[in-house]
Amino acid sequence: MKLDLILRVATKLLVPFILLFALYVQFHGDYGPGGGFQAGVIAAAMVILYAITYGLEPAKRAVPPAVAQAMIPLGVLIFAGTGVATMLLGDNYLAYNALDHHNPVHGQHLGILIVEFGVLVTVAGTMVAVFYTFAGRGR
Amino acid sequence: MNDWFPEILSWPFLAAGSFFYLVGSIGLMRMPDVYTRMHATSVSDTFGAALLLIGMMITAGFSLVTAKLLIILLILLYTGPVATHALARAARYAKVEPVLHKGEEGSSSKL
Repeated sequence: MKLDLILRVATKLLVPFILLFALYVQFHGDYGPGGGFQAGVIAAAMVILYAITYGLEPAKRAVPPAVAQAMIPLGVLIFAGTGVATMLLGDNYLAYNALDHHNPVHGQHLGILIVEFGVLVTVAGTMVAVFYTFAGRGR
Repeated sequence: MNDWFPEILSWPFLAAGSFFYLVGSIGLMRMPDVYTRMHATSVSDTFGAALLLIGMMITAGFSLVTAKLLIILLILLYTGPVATHALARAARYAKVEPVLHKGEEGSSSKL
């Protein structure tokens, strides 16, 4: 594993673009193929690629397992919190129209973005936590 | 009258790209061991994908689709050789011996 210079340099150059593509899939999901789940999987694949090339310990230093495990409930909280927020604003659970008083369509766009972000956080955290659990087994 | 010109220009690229993919597939089926199969697929895949994407870019014209296709082409040209390199390294570390001619049996000790 000492001489894999090509893989290390290639991975280091690829990682930021993978995250950029994940965010593109996330925020372009309203208009094209994509969404929170796919973006979360792509973001987790970035961490897994980094861990495969550089080893498990540097990846755990970059994304600590505690952070990955905290992301799982955090995304659910963002999703459910959006619903509670619309209830507090005087509409049904997850009725995005209430998020913008002037234009219901803008409220729907905003609600979809926030909810999809919650999905991204949960999916990425779950994938990375599962990978850490299985990769650290038997050592 | 300009509509048919990009179409005609793109067809040779698309046909050549498909031809390289066909050659790569035949090589994948017919080559004897890991290294030669990798040689057949990786070279033709990189070149075939590049030709197909160039053909699509000509058809798409000067637009956002062309920019996206260009980015896909750059990423393919970047990741394809790296993936092949990783695969070849993994095969070598797993001590996969290449198939050699009978007369060159002694040269396998160098690997």
